[in-house]
This record gives sequence, C-alpha cells and structure tokens, in this order.
Amino acid sequence: MIVEFGHFALVLAAVMALVQAVAPLVGAARASYGLMVLARPAALAQFGCVVIAWGCLTDAFVRADFSVRLVANSAHSTTPLIYRITGVWGSHEGALLLWVLSLAAWTLAVCLGSRRLPLVFAARVIGVLGAVSTGFLVFMLATSNPFVRLLPAAGEGRDLNPLLQDPGMIIHPPLLYMGYVGFAVAFAFAIAALLGGRLDAAWARWARPWTTLAWVFLTAGIVLGSGWSYYELGWGGWWFWDPVENASFMPWLVGTALIHSLAVTEKRGAFRGWTVLLAIGAFSLSLLGTFLVRSGVVSSVHAFAADPARGSFILVLLVLVIGASLLLYAWRAPRLGGGGHFGLLSRETTLLGNNVLLLVVAASVLLGTLYPLALDALDLGKISVGPPYFEAVFVPLMAPVVVLMVVGPLLRWKGEAVRALRRFVPGAVMALVLGALGVLGVSRAAAVGWPGWRTALGLGLAAWVAVGCVQLLWERIKPPRVSLPPAAWWGMWLAHFGVGLFIVGATLVGSLQSSLDLRMRPGESADFAGYAVRLVQVDERSGPNYDALAATLDISRAGRPVAVLHPEKRFYRTIGMPMTEAAIDVGLFRDLYAALGEQLPGGDWIVSLHDKPFISWIWAGCAMMILGGLLAVVDRRYRRGGRRR
Amino acid sequence: MNKSDAFLETFRALLLAALLLSSPLSLAGEGQPAPVPASVLEARVSELAHKLRCLVCENQSIAESNAPLAADLRERVREQFQAGKSEQEVIAWLSGRYGDYVLYDPPFKPITLLLWAGPALLLILGASGLLMCLRRRQHEQLAQAPLSEADRARARALLQTPEPE
Amino acid sequence: MKIRHLVPLLLFLALAVLLAFGLSHERSALPSPLIDRPLPDFRLAGVEAGKDKGGGGGEFVPAQMRGEVWLLNVWASWCVSCRAEHSVLIGLGRQLPVVGLNYKEVRGDGNLDARGLTPEMELSLARQRASAWLAAHGGSPFRATALDLDGRVGIDLGVYGVPESFLIDRAGRVRYKHTGPLTAQAVQQELLPRIEALQHEQK
Repeated sequence: MIVEFGHFALVLAAVMALVQAVAPLVGAARASYGLMVLARPAALAQFGCVVIAWGCLTDAFVRADFSVRLVANSAHSTTPLIYRITGVWGSHEGALLLWVLSLAAWTLAVCLGSRRLPLVFAARVIGVLGAVSTGFLVFMLATSNPFVRLLPAAGEGRDLNPLLQDPGMIIHPPLLYMGYVGFAVAFAFAIAALLGGRLDAAWARWARPWTTLAWVFLTAGIVLGSGWSYYELGWGGWWFWDPVENASFMPWLVGTALIHSLAVTEKRGAFRGWTVLLAIGAFSLSLLGTFLVRSGVVSSVHAFAADPARGSFILVLLVLVIGASLLLYAWRAPRLGGGGHFGLLSRETTLLGNNVLLLVVAASVLLGTLYPLALDALDLGKISVGPPYFEAVFVPLMAPVVVLMVVGPLLRWKGEAVRALRRFVPGAVMALVLGALGVLGVSRAAAVGWPGWRTALGLGLAAWVAVGCVQLLWERIKPPRVSLPPAAWWGMWLAHFGVGLFIVGATLVGSLQSSLDLRMRPGESADFAGYAVRLVQVDERSGPNYDALAATLDISRAGRPVAVLHPEKRFYRTIGMPMTEAAIDVGLFRDLYAALGEQLPGGDWIVSLHDKPFISWIWAGCAMMILGGLLAVVDRRYRRGGRRR
Repeated sequence: MNKSDAFLETFRALLLAALLLSSPLSLAGEGQPAPVPASVLEARVSELAHKLRCLVCENQSIAESNAPLAADLRERVREQFQAGKSEQEVIAWLSGRYGDYVLYDPPFKPITLLLWAGPALLLILGASGLLMCLRRRQHEQLAQAPLSEADRARARALLQTPEPE
Repeated sequence: MKIRHLVPLLLFLALAVLLAFGLSHERSALPSPLIDRPLPDFRLAGVEAGKDKGGGGGEFVPAQMRGEVWLLNVWASWCVSCRAEHSVLIGLGRQLPVVGLNYKEVRGDGNLDARGLTPEMELSLARQRASAWLAAHGGSPFRATALDLDGRVGIDLGVYGVPESFLIDRAGRVRYKHTGPLTAQAVQQELLPRIEALQHEQK
C-alpha cells in the first residue's frame, strides 16, 4: 500500500511541478499577479510530494519489502540498516529520485530565500526550476519508476553491491547531487534574466551565494568520491579520469569559471552575457553528466546499467532544455548590454583569462571523454583514452590558470600601468627558487636524476601559489589598513591557498609514491619504504552479510612501532563477490596503505603495500577550498539586512 | 628511508642552506642505495600495466583488475621485460594483438590527430577569442566621445554648487 | 541577433547529433588487428576422443591446414554461450573444416582450483573434460582440437572472451573474426559469402 502511495505521490509531484513551471512563467509574461503567486505554493507542494515518495521508497527498503523490484535488486535481509537506507540511491531509479529530491530541496530554499526579490523575477526563477523538475519527474514515471512491483515477490533480495556498503555511500551521492542540481539555480537565474531582458549587478549579487554554495557541494561531492575510491578500491589510486568522474569534473570547471565571472558582474557590471552563458553551460554539463552515466554510451565502473531507451529520453530532455536556453541566449544576449570598461592589465582581464582557460580545459576533457565514442560511432575503430592522455593535457592547460590565480587578486580593478608587473618579480624569483629546491628534494628522495617536467611544473606552481598568497595577505592587512578583510575575502584566500596545497599533494604523491607486492607467511617480516612490515596473523571473522579474512600487520620503524593495520578480504555471502578492504595509516606527510590479496598454495599470503607521500595534502587542499567557499557564502553582504559595501 | 621523510629532510636542509647563503648545495655524499633489479622489473611492469586496458572490465587498467585475462597479460608483459624488450616494443606487441583499444595512452596516428591537437587548437582558439574581445573593448572605449566643453563647464558648475540648507 | 551568439547553440547541436549517433550505434566488438595478416604460428597438444583426424592425441599446428579455407573456433566446456553455438558449428563443419581451440579448459573454470595440478595432470584433465563435453553435446564438429591450457596462444590471437571464431584462407591469413557465439544468421550473412569467396581464391 505504502509503495503505491509513494508512486501516487510521485505522480502528484509531477503535476505540481508542471503547475510550478507553467503558471509563474505564463504569469510573468502576462504580468498576471494571480498566476505568479502560485509559484511558491506549487513548489512547496512539489517538495512535499517528493519527500513523501522518497519516504515511501526508503520505507520499502527498510522493511526489506522484496515485492518491490528495486528493493529485491539492491537489498538483502541481512544488509545492515544504514546500507538499506542508503541503498535507495544505489540504483538508477533511486539515484534519480535523489536527483529530483535535491532539486526540490534547492527549489524550496530558493522559495524561502527569495522573498526580497521582485515577484516577476522570482516567479521566473521558480518557474524554470519547475520546468526542469517536470522533465525529470516525467522521465522517472515514464522509464524509471522506482515503485515497480515484482510479482510474485522474491523470497530474498540480491544485496547491494559490496563496494557500495560503505560510509562513503552515505555522503558522496547526496553531496554530489546537491552540487549538480545546485547549478540549476544559477541556470534558473540566468534564464530569468534573459526572459526579463535585463541583467545588472544586483542580479549577480543575488545569484552569487547560491552558485558558490552549489560549487561547494560539488567540490565536496567530488573530493569525497575521490577519497572513497582511494580507500575502497584497494590500489591507492585517487583519480582515474573515468568518464563518469569527468562527467562531474566538467561542471566543476565551468562552475569555477562561473563563480569568478559572477564576481566581475557584481563588482563591475561587466561580463554579463558571458556569465549567463557560463551559468547555462555549468548546468548543461550537469545534465550531460546525467546522460553519460545512464545511457551506456561510455564504459565505466561507475555507470548504471545501460539502457538506450532511457538514454534517448534524457537526450531529448537535454536537447529541449539546453537547446531552448541557448536559443534564448542567442536571441536576448545582445540586449543585456556591456559593462564597465577595463584596461589590458587589470583584474577583469585576468578573470576573463581564467574563464577562457577553464573552458578550454573543460572542452579538452570533453574531447578526451567522447573521442572513443565518436570514432566508434563513425566506424573508424576503437581506441581508449585514459589517464596518460588526460594528465598530459590537463597539467599544461591548468598551469596558466594557476598563474593567473595569483596575479588576479594582486591587480587592481579597471586597469593599471605596465609597471605594475614589477610587483610580481620578487614572488616569481622566490617561487623559482623554492620550486627548484622542491625538485632537488624529489630527485634525492626518489633516487632519480630529473623527476620529469610535470613534477617540476607542479612544484613551481605550488611555490608560486604559496608565495603569492603570502604576498596577497601581506598587501591586504599591512598598515595603514585598520579593518580586517570581510569573510568573502578570507574565503577567496583560503580557496586559492587550498589549490596550492592540492598541487603540492598531487605532484608529490605522483612522483614519490611506491608500492610492493609481497608474499608473506604469518610471522614473516619484510622491508618497505623504510619501514619493517610484519604479518602477524590472518584471522577469520564475520560480519552481518559477509565472511572475512583479516590480517594483522605490524608496522615499525627502527624498532619503534608505527601502526597496526588490519586489511581484510571479504566475501559477501549473498552476492558471492569477494572484496578487498584496505587498511590505511593516515599521516600528515605520508599514508601507508595495505591490502590483502589471495592466499597461495603453501600458506603464503599476497600483501600489497603502498607508500603514498603527501596524499593527505590533496584532501586538505580540497577541504580548504570547501571552507573558503562556505566563508564566501556567509559573507555579511549577502545576508538579509546586510549593508551594501 | 621513507620517501616523504627523505623529501622533507632534503627540502629543509636545502632551504636552510639557501637562506643562510652559506655552504653550496651539495648533492655529494651518501645517497640512496642502488635499487635491487627485481623491484625495478616490478616497477616497470606496474608502470606499464597502469597504461594498459583490461579488455573484459568496465574501464580498469590491468594493474587494477582482478580478471584472469588481466593477470595473464601482466604475466606476459613481465616476460617481455625480462627478455629485455623496451616499453615501446611491449606496447607494439600488445596492440599488434588487441588493437589500440588496449592502450590507455592513445598512439599518435592520423585518426587521433584531432584528439592530440585538439586541446592546443582549443587553447589557440580561446586565446585569440580573448584577444579579439579585449581589443574590441579597447576600441569601444576609445570610440566613446570625450566630454564636450559645454558638458565640462556644466559639470564644474554642479560640483561647485554649495549644499542646500 | 548577432551570429557569434548562435555559436554555443550550434556547437551544442553538433554534440547532440554525436550523442544520438552514439546511442543508436551498438557497442561493437573489438576489431582484430590480425585481419589480412598471417595467423600466428603455434604448436599445441590435441584432444584424443571425437572425430579427431589430426593424429589422435598428437599435436596441432596451423600449417596442417595450409591450402584449405578453414575456421578456428575458440571454445571451452565452462563457456555457457558455446553450447548455443555448438549446433551451428556442426552444421558449418559440413561446409569447411573447423578446428577447435580449447581455451584454458582447466584454469578458466571458476569452479575448479587448478593450482595444485602438475602439467601432465592438467593436460589429461583438459582432454577428459573436452572430449566428454563434445560427446555430450552431439559430437565434435572439429577436424582437430588443440588445447590451449594456459591461454598464451589465445593472447597471441587477441582472444579476450569465449567463444570467438577466425576464418582463415588457403595461405594461412586471417580474413575475418567473429566475436561471440555464431548464430545461424551470422553464418548466413557474414560467414558463408566470405567462405565462398575465399574458396574460389587461388592460394
């Protein structure tokens, strides 16, 4: 009964979304107050219905109701409760429901937070969000209904993929989807501006916190996904340039360009058309990502089961939404007007450069991701495009972005004379020196001659960022300044500094990491990366739905104990899948990573050990970016009653 | 010794030396012990294995995959290296049997011209677009009519008007 | 509206066309780089039972088939789709000689723990399993059956799954590869026309 009720709630939600889309947009076009005022109630009703639907589905999972096909495919009676709840989004249909729920939640937030916006504008924003919701809800009801019954009911379920029975499953998808979907708000703002034919600095001030918050969620979602694969998949990698990962990275790149472009539109009124285009672009890439993951056109461990029928539906949705938006842009963009003028050497120029470069990077990632598909579709053969390509392309393209990241904040708005470049010389020299020291350090530590141009570039850029951030901080707080910079400035500073930390981590782990596969018998010891590793014993233990072999590894250095690791090899009884559960000793300057392989005849165990220097700096850098973004969002000037600066 | 510690130790030492501007950077002295050949072989195998695709998996390298074919291919790669083949030769050997699909590093061929040249072309496109846009703004700025004398006089008068009581 | 404002829309439409193409296009099998190249040489032990005209438990080398147009079929008893293919192969065996390449009979079976076996034990077990399976499924369509116990020959042929079939001409060159089980339709549309053409070819 509850299941059917949930289905009904979903249908009702679609109806509410349709009302939410049509009424305000028509009302805004006809200046009909009665229609426009329906926006918020419809949105609230839609949110309520979606929550009910989600609640009903979760209830079916919690009760392990195997008469629901989705539950029978993704849960077992022995699956722990938390993974039954999170297993809701472990399948295509459930994940779509999470998407729709995120969109409804963002819409609700916009409804509550937009009271001070002009009614026509707010109506258009909520209307556009409603249109997107309608599209997705109809898609769900037509092709991906999560409430489909399985008759006769299965006696037992199939259990959730063991890889997903992990804390990462609890937070990664929700955060990621909040990020993807959050760009719909910026998109809605942009469309509303195009429809109204007007866009000014006030628009940018309204749009900024929403966009930055979406960016924060997306950053968090991506980092958590990366960290999750790091500890979960058993070989210590943290980014694979997999098509699905790229599908989340591209909107992030364009989203980053967008938040920087919004800064210019707010402060100087410039880049209006460009910002609107970026807002459409970021959300379009979110939608494209949704398509890539579910249609089966790309091969990925992360992809949902391929279904061309669903793929076609999403493609049609994509063409309608994005095509219409870009058509609207082409028609209305000239009317938006230009903005402030600026000189060649100015902060505006560096921000424009930042935007162009980030778009080039995103386009290159798209090229690499879709190239195999293009060749295959044209019967020109099958090739693979993997990490070697992306790394070779990404690093040189991002380098100028990082350079500009330091230059921009240190230049004035509107323009400066060329001699302003002199203020960068001491920093550049110091960065070169520090970078060279870093290269020498790597050369020594890794016992190689020249560690490669990528390492050199990475270290040089990281040094440039570090020096630049110190210089920026000094310029900003040195006397005779009296007041401390506002939260938004600290946010910017933290995020940029975080990028530097990230570059250090990514560069050093790439050049200094090492791994070793050992054959060990219980009681034996081996040397690895300066540590003594002793396999103490391998025990059997059991979990709720798995049996495991758990090893105990004693790690010591120069006689002093450093860590005790317990890597496991689990066998999930229901699915019959073996899984490695790695053990990591996390450190500030290095992670020690151990995974248990199979047992050889004769009693030896294969133990995989990895030394990952500075990998924590990757997470730390991203955490700073997230914190920086949050600081920018809560800056006083965006809050109700905040004074205009 | 542990690599990150070796890196930090070296970095600190050199930084100190550079700051004090005293004794020249010295890379002489006790260095790392020479690596054992076996681990060099494994390192080469591992490095190449990360660039080769597991053909029966959904986008994994043969280094990461547990599939039997992946294990077989790793073994053959190891044999080839032991026989003294270079990485290029091993890659040619594999792509001669499975095609370019098995290579995660797409080879330079006419068919991949657009792939490899693409990012550079995009960069040139973007950069020229940027320059054109900046130049257009400069022209617009210069084209703006300067203040006429009458307007200038009006502005002066307005600025000098005392505040109303 | 200005032309340059239409550029994003045009670029997007091009992308949409590409994606539509990608959707409608079925994911194809891996093209074989061996096409029009000589079949790599190998020497493998054969199976004893069945219609093995190659000399009983002796060895098989591809050179034996020089001068004939023949099909090399990669199979294993643990392979589920091979059962479906079997009757097609028997029918095809009347048109041209078919040689079976048994792929990792013992090691490839997930239910078998092969680690304790000596090479001799593995060979005899493989022979036993292969002949038993052929006998149980309606006889052997193969003129000879070679046993690729460790899969090395398979790798040399670019085999990545079972079953696969190679059509080889009189000069010993691979002219066509079919990945996956042979269906009556595939035989009709892809194989028979090629076989006919190749049989008319001079060596």
